[in-house]
Order: sequence, then structure tokens, then C-alpha cells
Amino acid sequence: MDLKEKLISSFMAFENNVDVDHPVHDIRSSAIKNFEEKGFPTKKNEAWKYTSLNSLQKVDFSIFPKEENTIEYKDVKKYFIHEIDTYKIVFIDGIYSSYLSETTHDGVDICLMSSALTKPMYKAVIDVYFNKIAAKDESLTSLNTAFSREGAYIYIPKNKMPKKPVEILHFATGNEATLMLQPRNLIIVEENAELQVIERHQSLTSNEVLTNSVTEIFAAKNAIIDFYKVQNNVSTASMIDNTYIDQKDKSVVKLHTFSFGGKLTRNNLNFYQNGEYIDSTMKGVTILGEKQHVDHHTLVHHIQPNCESHQDYKGIYGEQSTGVFNGKIIVDKIAQKTNAFQKNNNVLISDKATINSKPQLEIFADDVKCSHGCTIGQLDEDALFYLQSRGIPEKEARALLMYAFANNVLESVRIPELKARINKLIAKKLGVNLGFDI
Amino acid sequence: MLKINDLHASVDDKEILRGINLTVNAGEVHAIMGPNGSGKSTLASVIAGKEEFEVTKGSVELDGEDLEDDAPEERAHKGIFLSFQYPVEIPGVSVTNFMKTAINESRKARGLEDMPANEMLKLIREKSELLEIDRKFLSRSLNEGFSGGEKKRNEIFQMAMLEPKLAILDETDSGLDIDALRIVANGVNKLKSKDNAVIVITHYQRLLEHIVPDFVHVLHNGKIVKSGGKELAHELEEKGYDWLKQEQAV
Repeated sequence: MDLKEKLISSFMAFENNVDVDHPVHDIRSSAIKNFEEKGFPTKKNEAWKYTSLNSLQKVDFSIFPKEENTIEYKDVKKYFIHEIDTYKIVFIDGIYSSYLSETTHDGVDICLMSSALTKPMYKAVIDVYFNKIAAKDESLTSLNTAFSREGAYIYIPKNKMPKKPVEILHFATGNEATLMLQPRNLIIVEENAELQVIERHQSLTSNEVLTNSVTEIFAAKNAIIDFYKVQNNVSTASMIDNTYIDQKDKSVVKLHTFSFGGKLTRNNLNFYQNGEYIDSTMKGVTILGEKQHVDHHTLVHHIQPNCESHQDYKGIYGEQSTGVFNGKIIVDKIAQKTNAFQKNNNVLISDKATINSKPQLEIFADDVKCSHGCTIGQLDEDALFYLQSRGIPEKEARALLMYAFANNVLESVRIPELKARINKLIAKKLGVNLGFDI
Repeated sequence: MLKINDLHASVDDKEILRGINLTVNAGEVHAIMGPNGSGKSTLASVIAGKEEFEVTKGSVELDGEDLEDDAPEERAHKGIFLSFQYPVEIPGVSVTNFMKTAINESRKARGLEDMPANEMLKLIREKSELLEIDRKFLSRSLNEGFSGGEKKRNEIFQMAMLEPKLAILDETDSGLDIDALRIVANGVNKLKSKDNAVIVITHYQRLLEHIVPDFVHVLHNGKIVKSGGKELAHELEEKGYDWLKQEQAV
């Protein structure tokens, strides 16, 4: 039985464990139909030309973990930004771990999707927001919607800001030989409210894991959201991330993606600007080696006038790693005075590494500023000589240059401890001690 | 200290240096002058070990040791410093952190421990005062957004920090206003001692009024065509380089 068939038949088992009379279940039922119709995307699909899911479909993934597993905090402490106090929503093999988590209902809701989907007090919010911005026609999002049951639920009411950032962590313990996870997150930040989120998926063994995640984010008028995705997984863990962001007037959403590991990572980031004077920022640092593969697919849809979008993706590809950057910008006819900027700069440090970079601009308005630039190159030999001539050995000099290359992406990271952590990950990934704390 | 014997060097099979002979002793200041394209910067890069240039004949020796197989960083560890005409911008790495890395790498190569932080700070303070550099400057990203003058001053600051045996200043005067020129020259003069040596590469005589050379060499078509005392620089300033070219032709 291939993975698609297995998932479809698992849906029936899944239905035994959820309230099929809940309105959300109608959404699930039509989603599984869409997935059944479309199946996994193939390379014939233009959007999946450079990322193949074939080998993943041959893995006999376990869809539901058989038993709950526990892990000690000390064993996973390093995956948290433990230097600071945070709210934590933690899942082990897809199941909520209350003892590793720190949730709250004190003025804001930072808790679980399973509660939000089942408890009557959340029904009004779920009715308005659940599956409203996520694509209905995209097969992998539909697959997630069909199995949506657990994940993070965050609701920040008007004028509120949680006392501390929220960490969403998913651990895979290897308790199952193979495991497929489908977390579903819903994040709503109301008018003048603020939120900072750090999301990380971590497999703790070399057992095969596939995560197909969907996150819906709603930023109301004047809302400010910083979202950080830390992707530094083991080389047997794959990730398909589908994030949908709906922005209203004057909201500011900055999303950073740090991709340092994992077997196959596909980031589908979709911004919809449903208002004016919106700022949408997407930044990324990708540093890959081995046979790792990362595919960044971004979309910014400028629907209303006077908005901005900024994209800045830096990639460093070594060994036999492969990267994709596909940045789509749509500017609707009425979206005049749009400023849309996109940059994708890449350095290949091995002959066998590849990157495919493609801007896709669809502009229907005439009074707009749009720019895009993509570069693929090697490190500057003159710069290398400069550093070496100061006594810095070649290996360290190369690392320093790569660090400098990726650095500006970190400037907008607003949590200093996270920034320090990312800096350390970059140094580690580049295989050097740069001799100072950067 | 430095002995260059019949040095030939090429880039992409094009010969640029065609038999340079030069001896620089400790305590001396040498100026290398010459028209554009005569090979001045190439000579500086070859001494510092830039791989782009292939030494096809001859040798460069430091204290009697042939440098042929040494990487640029190894030459730096042995005491060669090159002040760049176009210093490179390194965003995200502050001047201070860059100097810490450079100094500690050199110490590591000599089998020494990292320099203690307080000692490093003291050294940075002392040397930045010498070049009239303020502290804010030190926390800026290396060369990023620096003016031409700031870049050159920063080069000499690095030289002051690294205390090389042999410093090569490649067109350090270009892009400097008179105040910056004075500060840079003053810095170099204060660092001069009987144990070290300086090679000043310049197109104009201007810098040599401040850093007075013991010897002046004229480079033309990859060869030293004339050597003399500091008065040769004045002569070149007055007459330009054309008379030399003619003399060569004859």
C-alpha cells in the first residue's frame, strides 16, 4: 500500500477518535476528498519541479503513534531558548506534553488546538478563522486539514502582548520506526496586539520522520508579529511547512526561516495583504551540506494599495546539497503604490551543490515599485586574501566571509538570545570557532 | 630582512614582474614608485602570498627563509603585513572582533594562548589613540560604509595591532585628505623601529614628505629601473615618469 492509500484508509480510523458531528469535521471530510483527488504533487507540477516527494512516499510511515512517549527536559533543554523565559507548547510524537509545556489563559490564550477544536468556548473563534486562509485546493494542505486535531492555538486579544515569546516545539522520539506528523496551528493576533513565536521541529533519533504542517496566522489592524522558524533537523527528518498569513491594515509581520538541516524541507510561505499600509517581511538563512534539500516557495499577494513586502534570502550550499528559491509576487490591479522587494543571494561552496532560484512577478498595477535580484556565486577571492593576509587561516577566513554574507538577515531578529543562538548555529554549521561570540 | 631575487611573476600567463631584485634591511624605509601598470601592487601581493599570481622564477626570502610554500596567513604569522589599497568590507564583524580573531590566530600559530581580554582591550585603546580612532568606530562592521580615509586609517590601526616585521603600504595615500594623510603617516612613523621595515608603494611623492624613505626605487614594466635616495622621489615629482621611459627606450 502506498502512502496515499494508507493515509486515506487511516482517515476512517481517525474518524473514530474525533467528534464527527462537529462542524470542523465537514471541513476535514471535504479536505480528504481533495487530497484523494489530487494526491501527492509530482514533478510535473511546476511548483514541485525541483522537489521530489517520491522517495518519501515509499516509506511506510506510521500515521498514529501507538503509545505515548516521554522525554526528560534535560535531554532536550538545548532545543529551547532556555536562556529566557518563554511560553512553551511542546509535542512529543505529535502528542501534547503538559510537563514540558507552559501554556496560559491569563488575558491571552496560548494553548492547544485540540482544546480549541473541541471546547464550546472557542467555537466562535474557530468558526471565523479555522481553515479560512489555508488553501482549499492544495493537496498537502488538504491532507493536513483532514487530519487536523492537534497543534498550537494562540489568541491574542486587542491591545495585548504576551509577557514573553512563545516556543512551539515538536519532538520525534524514535519510539516508532517511522512517523508522520501533521500539526495544525492557528494564531490570531487582534488589533494593536503583538506576538513573538519560535517554532522548531526536532527528531531525536535517526528514525525516519515526515512532518506536514499547516499554520494559519491572522494579523488584525496594527498587529505586530515576529515568527521564527528554526530548521536544524537530523538528516532523516523531512518537513513540509505550509504557512498562510492574512494581514489587515498597518499590520507588520516578519517571518524568519533558518534552515540548517533536515533531509528534505519545503517551506510554503503565503502572505495575503488584505488591507492597506501593510508590511510583510520574509527573511531566510540557509546553510546546507550532505545531501540535504531545502525548497523555499514564497508568495506575497498584494491585494490592496500602499503596502510593502521585503524578501531577503541568503543561501550557502556545500557538499551535494540542493536548494530552491521560488519567490512569487502578485500585485493586483488596484494595489497601486506597492513596494515589493525580493533578494536571493547564494554561495555554492562545492562543485556538486546546486541551487535553482526563480523570481515570479505578476504585476497588474502600473504605479508600483518592484525589484528582484538573485545571485549565485562563489566567495570573493580578494576578500579571502584580505583576511588571510591578516593571519586568519583559510578555513576560518572562508567561514568569516560566509558569516558576513548571511549576517544582515539576522539584523531584524528581535530576541537577542535567539539571535545569539542562531549565530552559534551558523558558526557550528560552518564548522569553525570564529574566536569571538558573534 | 627581506630579500627578493630575480623575481618573475605572472597572472593568467601574462608576465607582470620581470626580474625584481630588492633587499630591505631592518630599520629601513623603502619607497617603490612608478607609473600605473608598472607592477607595484602585484609586487606587494606576491610578497604577501596572493595565490592568483604565479611565481615563475626567482624567490622572496624573509630572514633567509624562502616564502614560496607559505600561504598568506603563514606569511602574516611570520611578520608580513600588507595594507590594502582597497580594503574589503566584512558586514557583521566588528573591527574589535576582527582584530581579536587576527591576533589570536597569529598567537595560536606561535603556540601561544589567546591574549587575555583585558590585555587586548588595553592594546586596542593604545593603538586606536595612536591613529586618532574613536571607540564607536571600533564597534562598527569592518570597513562597511567607511569613508576612504577611515578605511586607510583602519588599515594602519590593524598594522599597529599586529606589529609586523615588514609592513607594505600599498597606495595608502590614495583617497586621503591632508589631515587623514598626516594621521596615517604619523602612525606609521611611530611604529617604525630599528627592528622593523616599511615598504611604501605610491604613485605620488606626497606621502613621502611625511614618511621619509631611505631608498626610492622606480618600477617600470615589472623591473626596478632606477634606485636612489629620497631625492629621487623629488626628481620624479618634478619630471614625471616619461623621462624614465625614454631613458629605458634608449
